[in-house]
Amino acid sequence: MSTILLTWPDLLIAASLLLIDGFLSVWLRLALHRQLAIAAVRMVVQLVVVGLVLRAVFRIDSPGLTLVVVVVMVLIAAREVAARPEQRLVRSGNLAVGASAVAFATFATAILALTTAIRPHPWYTPRYAIPLAGIVLGNVLNGGSLALDSLLSGVVRERAAVETQLALGATYGQAMRGLVRASVRRALLPTINTMSAAGLVTLPGIMTGQIIAGMDPMEAVKYQILLMFLLGGGSGLAAVAVVYLGAWWLTDDRDRLRLDRLRSGGR
Amino acid sequence: MPPRLRLAGLRSALAGPFDLSLEAGACIAITGASGSGKSLFLRMIADLDPSEGIAELDGRPRQDFRAPDWRRRVAYVAAEPGWWAEQTAAHFPTAHHAAARALLPRLGLSDTQFGAQVVRLSTGERQRLALIRTLVRHPSVLLLDEPTGALDEPTTFCVESVLRDVLATGTSIIAVTHSPAQAERLASRRLAMVERKLHPA
Repeated sequence: MSTILLTWPDLLIAASLLLIDGFLSVWLRLALHRQLAIAAVRMVVQLVVVGLVLRAVFRIDSPGLTLVVVVVMVLIAAREVAARPEQRLVRSGNLAVGASAVAFATFATAILALTTAIRPHPWYTPRYAIPLAGIVLGNVLNGGSLALDSLLSGVVRERAAVETQLALGATYGQAMRGLVRASVRRALLPTINTMSAAGLVTLPGIMTGQIIAGMDPMEAVKYQILLMFLLGGGSGLAAVAVVYLGAWWLTDDRDRLRLDRLRSGGR
Repeated sequence: MPPRLRLAGLRSALAGPFDLSLEAGACIAITGASGSGKSLFLRMIADLDPSEGIAELDGRPRQDFRAPDWRRRVAYVAAEPGWWAEQTAAHFPTAHHAAARALLPRLGLSDTQFGAQVVRLSTGERQRLALIRTLVRHPSVLLLDEPTGALDEPTTFCVESVLRDVLATGTSIIAVTHSPAQAERLASRRLAMVERKLHPA
Protein backbone atom coordinates (compact mmCIF):
# COMPACT_ATOMS: atom_id res chain seq x y z
CA MET A 1 0.00 0.00 0.00
CA SER A 2 1.55 3.27 -1.11
CA THR A 3 0.30 6.55 0.19
CA ILE A 4 1.08 9.63 -1.86
CA LEU A 5 1.79 12.29 0.72
CA LEU A 6 0.71 15.84 -0.03
CA THR A 7 3.07 18.75 0.39
CA TRP A 8 2.03 22.28 1.38
CA PRO A 9 2.86 23.65 -2.12
CA ASP A 10 0.46 21.02 -3.54
CA LEU A 11 -2.29 22.56 -1.44
CA LEU A 12 -1.37 26.08 -2.56
CA ILE A 13 -1.86 25.03 -6.19
CA ALA A 14 -5.32 23.65 -5.32
CA ALA A 15 -6.10 26.83 -3.41
CA SER A 16 -5.64 28.76 -6.64
CA LEU A 17 -8.92 27.17 -7.76
CA LEU A 18 -10.65 29.27 -5.11
CA LEU A 19 -9.12 32.34 -6.75
CA ILE A 20 -11.23 31.48 -9.81
CA ASP A 21 -14.32 31.60 -7.58
CA GLY A 22 -13.16 34.92 -6.18
CA PHE A 23 -12.60 36.30 -9.65
CA LEU A 24 -16.09 35.15 -10.71
CA SER A 25 -17.56 36.85 -7.66
CA VAL A 26 -15.95 40.17 -8.57
CA TRP A 27 -16.71 39.85 -12.25
CA LEU A 28 -20.39 38.86 -11.82
CA ARG A 29 -20.79 41.14 -8.78
CA LEU A 30 -21.91 38.24 -6.59
CA ALA A 31 -20.45 40.02 -3.53
CA LEU A 32 -19.33 36.62 -2.33
CA HIS A 33 -15.54 36.99 -2.38
CA ARG A 34 -15.36 38.23 1.21
CA GLN A 35 -17.47 35.35 2.56
CA LEU A 36 -15.57 32.95 0.35
CA ALA A 37 -12.23 34.10 1.72
CA ILE A 38 -13.44 33.93 5.32
CA ALA A 39 -14.93 30.47 4.82
CA ALA A 40 -11.76 29.18 3.16
CA VAL A 41 -9.53 30.54 5.91
CA ARG A 42 -11.86 29.14 8.60
CA MET A 43 -11.87 25.74 6.95
CA VAL A 44 -8.07 25.63 6.81
CA VAL A 45 -7.59 26.87 10.38
CA GLN A 46 -10.24 24.52 11.82
CA LEU A 47 -8.88 21.47 10.03
CA VAL A 48 -5.26 22.25 10.90
CA VAL A 49 -6.20 22.70 14.55
CA VAL A 50 -8.14 19.42 14.49
CA GLY A 51 -5.17 17.72 12.87
CA LEU A 52 -2.79 19.03 15.51
CA VAL A 53 -5.16 18.07 18.32
CA LEU A 54 -5.65 14.58 16.91
CA ARG A 55 -1.91 14.13 16.43
CA ALA A 56 -1.33 15.12 20.06
CA VAL A 57 -4.17 12.94 21.34
CA PHE A 58 -2.94 9.95 19.32
CA ARG A 59 0.57 10.44 20.68
CA ILE A 60 -0.54 10.80 24.31
CA ASP A 61 -2.77 7.74 23.81
CA SER A 62 -4.56 7.93 27.16
CA PRO A 63 -8.07 6.45 27.59
CA GLY A 64 -9.13 9.39 29.79
CA LEU A 65 -8.14 11.97 27.18
CA THR A 66 -9.83 9.97 24.40
CA LEU A 67 -13.02 9.93 26.46
CA VAL A 68 -12.83 13.69 27.02
CA VAL A 69 -12.47 14.33 23.28
CA VAL A 70 -15.41 12.08 22.44
CA VAL A 71 -17.57 13.65 25.15
CA VAL A 72 -16.81 17.15 23.82
CA MET A 73 -17.78 15.98 20.33
CA VAL A 74 -21.01 14.49 21.71
CA LEU A 75 -21.87 17.76 23.48
CA ILE A 76 -21.32 19.81 20.33
CA ALA A 77 -23.58 17.44 18.39
CA ALA A 78 -26.18 17.53 21.17
CA ARG A 79 -26.25 21.32 20.99
CA GLU A 80 -27.01 21.10 17.27
CA VAL A 81 -29.81 18.58 17.88
CA ALA A 82 -31.26 20.87 20.57
CA ALA A 83 -31.08 24.02 18.44
CA ARG A 84 -32.81 22.65 15.33
CA PRO A 85 -36.51 22.60 16.40
CA GLU A 86 -38.50 25.82 16.55
CA GLN A 87 -39.90 24.71 19.91
CA ARG A 88 -38.00 24.39 23.16
CA LEU A 89 -38.73 22.01 25.99
CA VAL A 90 -38.60 23.88 29.29
CA ARG A 91 -35.76 23.36 31.77
CA SER A 92 -33.20 22.94 28.95
CA GLY A 93 -35.12 19.86 27.84
CA ASN A 94 -33.89 20.00 24.26
CA LEU A 95 -30.27 19.86 25.39
CA ALA A 96 -30.92 17.14 27.97
CA VAL A 97 -32.85 15.02 25.47
CA GLY A 98 -30.33 15.68 22.69
CA ALA A 99 -27.28 14.93 24.83
CA SER A 100 -28.67 11.70 26.30
CA ALA A 101 -29.84 10.39 22.94
CA VAL A 102 -26.68 11.37 21.05
CA ALA A 103 -24.41 9.96 23.74
CA PHE A 104 -26.36 6.71 23.97
CA ALA A 105 -26.51 6.14 20.20
CA THR A 106 -22.89 7.12 19.56
CA PHE A 107 -21.35 5.11 22.38
CA ALA A 108 -23.49 2.04 21.67
CA THR A 109 -22.67 2.02 17.95
CA ALA A 110 -19.00 2.98 18.21
CA ILE A 111 -18.24 0.54 21.02
CA LEU A 112 -19.97 -2.27 19.14
CA ALA A 113 -17.83 -1.58 16.07
CA LEU A 114 -14.60 -1.24 18.06
CA THR A 115 -15.08 -4.42 20.06
CA THR A 116 -16.35 -6.66 17.26
CA ALA A 117 -15.45 -5.54 13.72
CA ILE A 118 -12.46 -3.19 13.80
CA ARG A 119 -10.91 -4.52 17.03
CA PRO A 120 -7.81 -2.41 17.62
CA HIS A 121 -5.77 -3.25 20.74
CA PRO A 122 -6.93 -1.93 23.08
CA TRP A 123 -10.38 -1.21 21.60
CA TYR A 124 -10.32 2.41 22.82
CA THR A 125 -7.14 3.31 20.89
CA PRO A 126 -7.77 6.98 19.97
CA ARG A 127 -6.62 6.56 16.33
CA TYR A 128 -9.68 4.36 15.77
CA ALA A 129 -12.12 5.44 18.46
CA ILE A 130 -12.15 9.19 17.72
CA PRO A 131 -12.64 9.15 13.92
CA LEU A 132 -15.23 6.40 14.28
CA ALA A 133 -17.15 8.31 16.94
CA GLY A 134 -16.95 11.38 14.70
CA ILE A 135 -18.44 9.75 11.64
CA VAL A 136 -21.16 8.04 13.67
CA LEU A 137 -21.91 11.36 15.39
CA GLY A 138 -22.57 13.08 12.06
CA ASN A 139 -25.41 10.70 11.28
CA VAL A 140 -26.66 10.49 14.84
CA LEU A 141 -26.91 14.28 14.78
CA ASN A 142 -28.98 14.18 11.59
CA GLY A 143 -31.32 11.47 12.82
CA GLY A 144 -31.68 12.99 16.27
CA SER A 145 -32.42 16.52 15.10
CA LEU A 146 -34.94 15.38 12.48
CA ALA A 147 -36.69 13.24 15.08
CA LEU A 148 -36.83 15.98 17.70
CA ASP A 149 -38.02 18.62 15.23
CA SER A 150 -40.67 16.26 13.90
CA LEU A 151 -41.88 15.33 17.38
CA LEU A 152 -42.07 18.85 18.77
CA SER A 153 -43.69 20.44 15.73
CA GLY A 154 -46.00 17.43 15.43
CA VAL A 155 -47.19 17.58 18.99
CA VAL A 156 -48.14 21.25 18.59
CA ARG A 157 -49.93 20.58 15.30
CA GLU A 158 -51.66 17.40 16.51
CA ARG A 159 -52.54 18.62 19.98
CA ALA A 160 -56.30 18.21 19.50
CA ALA A 161 -55.86 14.67 18.15
CA VAL A 162 -53.66 13.61 21.07
CA GLU A 163 -55.87 15.20 23.72
CA THR A 164 -59.04 13.78 22.20
CA GLN A 165 -57.56 10.29 22.47
CA LEU A 166 -56.63 10.99 26.08
CA ALA A 167 -60.16 12.24 26.75
CA LEU A 168 -61.49 8.97 25.31
CA GLY A 169 -59.44 7.02 27.86
CA ALA A 170 -56.25 6.27 25.95
CA THR A 171 -52.98 6.15 27.84
CA TYR A 172 -50.38 8.76 26.92
CA GLY A 173 -48.38 6.09 25.11
CA GLN A 174 -51.38 5.08 22.99
CA ALA A 175 -52.30 8.69 22.22
CA MET A 176 -48.73 9.52 21.13
CA ARG A 177 -48.18 6.36 19.07
CA GLY A 178 -48.89 8.00 15.70
CA LEU A 179 -46.56 10.93 16.36
CA VAL A 180 -43.79 8.71 17.70
CA ARG A 181 -43.99 6.53 14.61
CA ALA A 182 -44.02 9.50 12.21
CA SER A 183 -41.03 11.11 13.92
CA VAL A 184 -38.84 8.00 13.90
CA ARG A 185 -39.83 7.37 10.30
CA ARG A 186 -38.83 10.85 9.22
CA ALA A 187 -35.48 10.51 10.98
CA LEU A 188 -34.69 7.24 9.20
CA LEU A 189 -35.54 8.32 5.65
CA PRO A 190 -32.19 10.07 4.92
CA THR A 191 -30.32 6.94 6.02
CA ILE A 192 -32.40 4.79 3.70
CA ASN A 193 -31.77 7.27 0.86
CA THR A 194 -28.02 7.26 1.50
CA MET A 195 -27.87 3.48 1.55
CA SER A 196 -29.91 3.05 -1.65
CA ALA A 197 -27.86 5.63 -3.55
CA ALA A 198 -24.47 4.57 -2.19
CA GLY A 199 -21.94 4.04 -4.97
CA LEU A 200 -24.41 4.95 -7.72
CA VAL A 201 -25.00 8.63 -7.15
CA THR A 202 -21.79 9.41 -5.29
CA LEU A 203 -18.80 7.49 -4.09
CA PRO A 204 -18.92 7.75 -0.31
CA GLY A 205 -16.22 10.03 1.11
CA ILE A 206 -14.55 7.48 3.34
CA MET A 207 -14.21 4.97 0.53
CA THR A 208 -12.85 7.59 -1.86
CA GLY A 209 -10.35 8.68 0.75
CA GLN A 210 -9.15 5.16 1.43
CA ILE A 211 -8.81 4.33 -2.26
CA ILE A 212 -6.76 7.49 -2.86
CA ALA A 213 -4.70 6.65 0.22
CA GLY A 214 -3.79 3.41 -1.54
CA MET A 215 -6.23 0.83 -0.18
CA ASP A 216 -7.57 -1.94 -2.40
CA PRO A 217 -11.07 -0.92 -3.60
CA MET A 218 -12.72 -4.10 -2.25
CA GLU A 219 -11.19 -3.52 1.18
CA ALA A 220 -12.38 0.09 1.06
CA VAL A 221 -15.85 -1.13 0.06
CA LYS A 222 -15.96 -3.47 3.05
CA TYR A 223 -15.10 -0.58 5.34
CA GLN A 224 -17.79 1.52 3.73
CA ILE A 225 -20.41 -1.19 4.17
CA LEU A 226 -19.50 -1.55 7.82
CA LEU A 227 -19.79 2.20 8.25
CA MET A 228 -23.17 2.35 6.51
CA PHE A 229 -24.51 -0.26 8.92
CA LEU A 230 -23.09 1.68 11.85
CA LEU A 231 -24.58 4.94 10.60
CA GLY A 232 -27.96 3.35 9.97
CA GLY A 233 -27.97 1.79 13.41
CA GLY A 234 -26.71 4.96 15.07
CA SER A 235 -29.32 7.24 13.57
CA GLY A 236 -32.07 4.73 14.34
CA LEU A 237 -31.01 4.49 17.98
CA ALA A 238 -30.70 8.27 18.24
CA ALA A 239 -34.14 8.83 16.69
CA VAL A 240 -35.85 6.36 19.00
CA ALA A 241 -34.08 7.71 22.07
CA VAL A 242 -34.87 11.34 21.17
CA VAL A 243 -38.52 10.61 20.49
CA TYR A 244 -39.15 8.61 23.64
CA LEU A 245 -37.25 11.02 25.89
CA GLY A 246 -38.94 14.02 24.26
CA ALA A 247 -42.39 12.47 24.60
CA TRP A 248 -41.66 11.61 28.23
CA TRP A 249 -40.66 15.23 28.88
CA LEU A 250 -44.16 16.28 27.74
CA THR A 251 -46.20 14.15 30.09
CA ASP A 252 -46.71 13.61 33.82
CA ASP A 253 -47.90 10.87 36.16
CA ARG A 254 -51.55 11.47 35.12
CA ASP A 255 -51.04 10.72 31.41
CA ARG A 256 -51.55 14.36 30.42
CA LEU A 257 -50.10 16.14 27.42
CA ARG A 258 -48.17 18.98 29.08
CA LEU A 259 -47.72 21.52 26.31
CA ASP A 260 -46.99 24.07 29.04
CA ARG A 261 -43.56 22.44 29.01
CA LEU A 262 -42.97 23.60 25.46
CA ARG A 263 -42.00 27.11 24.40
CA SER A 264 -42.18 28.34 20.84
CA GLY A 265 -39.55 30.49 19.20
CA GLY A 266 -36.01 31.22 20.35
CA ARG A 267 -34.74 30.64 23.83
CA MET B 1 -75.66 7.90 48.40
CA PRO B 2 -72.75 10.08 47.35
CA PRO B 3 -73.38 12.36 44.38
CA ARG B 4 -72.28 11.21 40.93
CA LEU B 5 -69.65 13.96 40.74
CA ARG B 6 -68.41 16.10 43.58
CA LEU B 7 -65.87 18.89 43.32
CA ALA B 8 -64.54 20.68 46.39
CA GLY B 9 -61.94 23.40 46.17
CA LEU B 10 -60.88 22.21 42.72
CA ARG B 11 -58.42 24.80 41.42
CA SER B 12 -55.38 25.43 39.30
CA ALA B 13 -53.11 28.40 38.81
CA LEU B 14 -55.49 29.54 36.08
CA ALA B 15 -59.00 28.99 37.48
CA GLY B 16 -61.09 28.10 40.50
CA PRO B 17 -61.61 27.18 43.24
CA PHE B 18 -64.71 25.30 42.15
CA ASP B 19 -67.28 23.54 44.36
CA LEU B 20 -70.01 21.53 42.76
CA SER B 21 -72.20 18.53 43.35
CA LEU B 22 -73.91 16.74 40.49
CA GLU B 23 -76.48 13.95 40.94
CA ALA B 24 -76.77 10.96 38.62
CA GLY B 25 -78.87 11.84 35.59
CA ALA B 26 -78.71 15.58 36.29
CA CYS B 27 -77.53 18.28 33.92
CA ILE B 28 -75.79 21.54 34.70
CA ALA B 29 -75.44 24.22 32.02
CA ILE B 30 -72.62 26.70 32.21
CA THR B 31 -72.76 29.98 30.36
CA GLY B 32 -70.21 32.76 30.26
CA ALA B 33 -68.19 34.99 28.01
CA SER B 34 -65.42 33.61 25.82
CA GLY B 35 -62.22 33.30 27.80
CA SER B 36 -64.04 33.22 31.14
CA GLY B 37 -62.63 29.77 31.90
CA LYS B 38 -65.44 27.39 30.89
CA SER B 39 -63.23 25.07 28.84
CA LEU B 40 -60.49 25.25 31.47
CA PHE B 41 -63.05 24.10 34.03
CA LEU B 42 -64.14 21.09 31.97
CA ARG B 43 -60.52 20.16 31.15
CA MET B 44 -59.68 20.36 34.83
CA ILE B 45 -62.52 18.00 35.77
CA ALA B 46 -61.39 15.55 33.07
CA ASP B 47 -57.85 15.74 34.52
CA LEU B 48 -56.45 16.94 31.19
CA ASP B 49 -54.90 19.93 32.97
CA PRO B 50 -53.27 19.66 36.40
CA SER B 51 -55.38 20.81 39.35
CA GLU B 52 -55.52 20.57 43.11
CA GLY B 53 -58.46 19.91 45.38
CA ILE B 54 -61.10 17.21 45.53
CA ALA B 55 -62.84 15.51 42.63
CA GLU B 56 -64.91 12.41 43.34
CA LEU B 57 -66.94 10.08 41.17
CA ASP B 58 -69.67 8.23 43.10
CA GLY B 59 -67.75 9.00 46.29
CA ARG B 60 -64.45 7.65 45.00
CA PRO B 61 -61.60 10.17 44.84
CA ARG B 62 -59.99 10.84 41.50
CA GLN B 63 -56.50 9.82 42.56
CA ASP B 64 -57.83 6.29 43.20
CA PHE B 65 -58.45 5.97 39.46
CA ARG B 66 -55.76 5.54 36.83
CA ALA B 67 -55.97 8.74 34.78
CA PRO B 68 -57.20 6.97 31.59
CA ASP B 69 -59.89 5.17 33.62
CA TRP B 70 -61.06 8.44 35.15
CA ARG B 71 -61.27 10.07 31.69
CA ARG B 72 -63.18 7.12 30.31
CA ARG B 73 -65.82 7.66 33.02
CA VAL B 74 -65.67 11.45 33.14
CA ALA B 75 -65.55 12.11 29.41
CA TYR B 76 -64.69 15.48 27.91
CA VAL B 77 -65.86 16.36 24.40
CA ALA B 78 -63.97 19.42 23.14
CA ALA B 79 -65.60 22.18 21.11
CA GLU B 80 -63.18 21.32 18.33
CA PRO B 81 -62.57 17.61 18.71
CA GLY B 82 -59.45 16.00 17.29
CA TRP B 83 -59.09 13.32 14.61
CA TRP B 84 -56.05 11.15 14.11
CA ALA B 85 -56.89 8.82 11.23
CA GLU B 86 -57.99 9.52 7.66
CA GLN B 87 -61.23 7.54 7.78
CA THR B 88 -64.00 8.57 10.14
CA ALA B 89 -64.86 4.97 11.02
CA ALA B 90 -61.24 4.32 12.07
CA HIS B 91 -61.85 6.53 15.11
CA PHE B 92 -64.30 3.98 16.46
CA PRO B 93 -63.17 0.60 17.80
CA THR B 94 -64.82 -2.16 15.77
CA ALA B 95 -66.79 -3.20 18.84
CA HIS B 96 -68.48 0.24 18.85
CA HIS B 97 -69.43 0.34 15.17
CA ALA B 98 -72.93 -1.11 15.58
CA ALA B 99 -73.83 1.19 18.47
CA ALA B 100 -72.39 4.20 16.64
CA ARG B 101 -74.27 3.40 13.43
CA ALA B 102 -77.50 3.11 15.41
CA LEU B 103 -77.06 6.68 16.70
CA LEU B 104 -76.29 8.22 13.29
CA PRO B 105 -79.89 8.78 12.09
CA ARG B 106 -80.94 10.29 15.41
CA LEU B 107 -78.34 13.01 14.91
CA GLY B 108 -79.17 13.67 11.28
CA LEU B 109 -76.24 11.63 9.98
CA SER B 110 -75.99 8.50 7.87
CA ASP B 111 -73.55 5.74 6.95
CA THR B 112 -72.22 8.09 4.25
CA GLN B 113 -70.60 10.32 6.86
CA PHE B 114 -69.51 7.35 8.95
CA GLY B 115 -67.67 5.90 5.95
CA ALA B 116 -66.26 9.22 4.74
CA GLN B 117 -62.81 10.73 5.12
CA VAL B 118 -62.67 13.15 8.03
CA VAL B 119 -61.53 16.05 5.80
CA ARG B 120 -64.70 15.69 3.70
CA LEU B 121 -66.99 16.28 6.71
CA SER B 122 -68.39 19.66 7.72
CA THR B 123 -67.61 21.13 11.14
CA GLY B 124 -71.11 20.26 12.34
CA GLU B 125 -70.86 16.67 11.10
CA ARG B 126 -67.52 16.25 12.84
CA GLN B 127 -68.94 17.66 16.05
CA ARG B 128 -71.84 15.19 16.08
CA LEU B 129 -69.59 12.25 15.19
CA ALA B 130 -67.27 13.21 18.05
CA LEU B 131 -70.27 13.19 20.39
CA ILE B 132 -71.25 9.71 19.17
CA ARG B 133 -67.64 8.56 19.60
CA THR B 134 -67.86 9.43 23.29
CA LEU B 135 -71.48 8.34 23.87
CA VAL B 136 -70.88 4.77 22.71
CA ARG B 137 -68.31 4.43 25.51
CA HIS B 138 -71.07 5.03 28.10
CA PRO B 139 -69.32 7.47 30.43
CA SER B 140 -70.77 8.26 33.86
CA VAL B 141 -70.31 12.00 33.40
CA LEU B 142 -70.28 13.88 30.09
CA LEU B 143 -68.40 17.17 29.90
CA LEU B 144 -69.65 18.87 26.75
CA ASP B 145 -67.96 21.99 25.42
CA GLU B 146 -70.49 23.79 23.20
CA PRO B 147 -71.97 20.54 21.87
CA THR B 148 -74.17 22.33 19.34
CA GLY B 149 -71.88 25.27 18.56
CA ALA B 150 -71.69 24.50 14.84
CA LEU B 151 -75.28 23.28 14.32
CA ASP B 152 -78.49 24.79 12.97
CA GLU B 153 -81.64 24.78 15.10
CA PRO B 154 -83.30 21.52 13.92
CA THR B 155 -80.03 19.61 14.34
CA THR B 156 -79.50 21.21 17.74
CA PHE B 157 -82.88 19.81 18.81
CA CYS B 158 -81.83 16.34 17.58
CA VAL B 159 -78.69 16.52 19.73
CA GLU B 160 -80.66 17.73 22.75
CA SER B 161 -83.13 14.88 22.37
CA VAL B 162 -80.28 12.35 22.36
CA LEU B 163 -78.75 14.07 25.40
CA ARG B 164 -82.07 13.85 27.27
CA ASP B 165 -82.11 10.09 26.64
CA VAL B 166 -78.55 9.89 27.91
CA LEU B 167 -79.58 11.71 31.09
CA ALA B 168 -82.47 9.29 31.51
CA THR B 169 -80.00 6.38 31.64
CA GLY B 170 -78.33 8.02 34.66
CA THR B 171 -75.39 9.69 32.94
CA SER B 172 -74.79 13.20 34.26
CA ILE B 173 -73.89 16.12 32.03
CA ILE B 174 -72.06 19.39 32.45
CA ALA B 175 -72.60 21.39 29.28
CA VAL B 176 -70.96 24.65 28.31
CA THR B 177 -73.26 26.62 26.04
CA HIS B 178 -73.58 30.10 24.62
CA SER B 179 -77.34 29.75 24.31
CA PRO B 180 -79.45 30.63 27.39
CA ALA B 181 -82.41 28.97 25.66
CA GLN B 182 -80.50 25.70 25.37
CA ALA B 183 -79.47 25.94 29.01
CA GLU B 184 -83.15 26.42 29.88
CA ARG B 185 -84.26 23.41 27.78
CA LEU B 186 -81.58 20.97 28.90
CA ALA B 187 -80.40 21.75 32.40
CA SER B 188 -81.89 21.47 35.85
CA ARG B 189 -79.34 23.95 37.13
CA ARG B 190 -77.58 26.87 35.48
CA LEU B 191 -74.28 28.41 36.45
CA ALA B 192 -72.36 31.33 35.03
CA MET B 193 -68.59 31.45 34.67
CA VAL B 194 -67.27 34.92 35.43
CA GLU B 195 -63.55 35.57 35.50
CA ARG B 196 -62.73 31.91 36.09
CA LYS B 197 -65.15 31.46 38.99
CA LEU B 198 -68.62 29.87 39.01
CA HIS B 199 -71.74 31.79 40.12
CA PRO B 200 -75.43 30.84 40.11
CA ALA B 201 -76.95 32.16 36.87
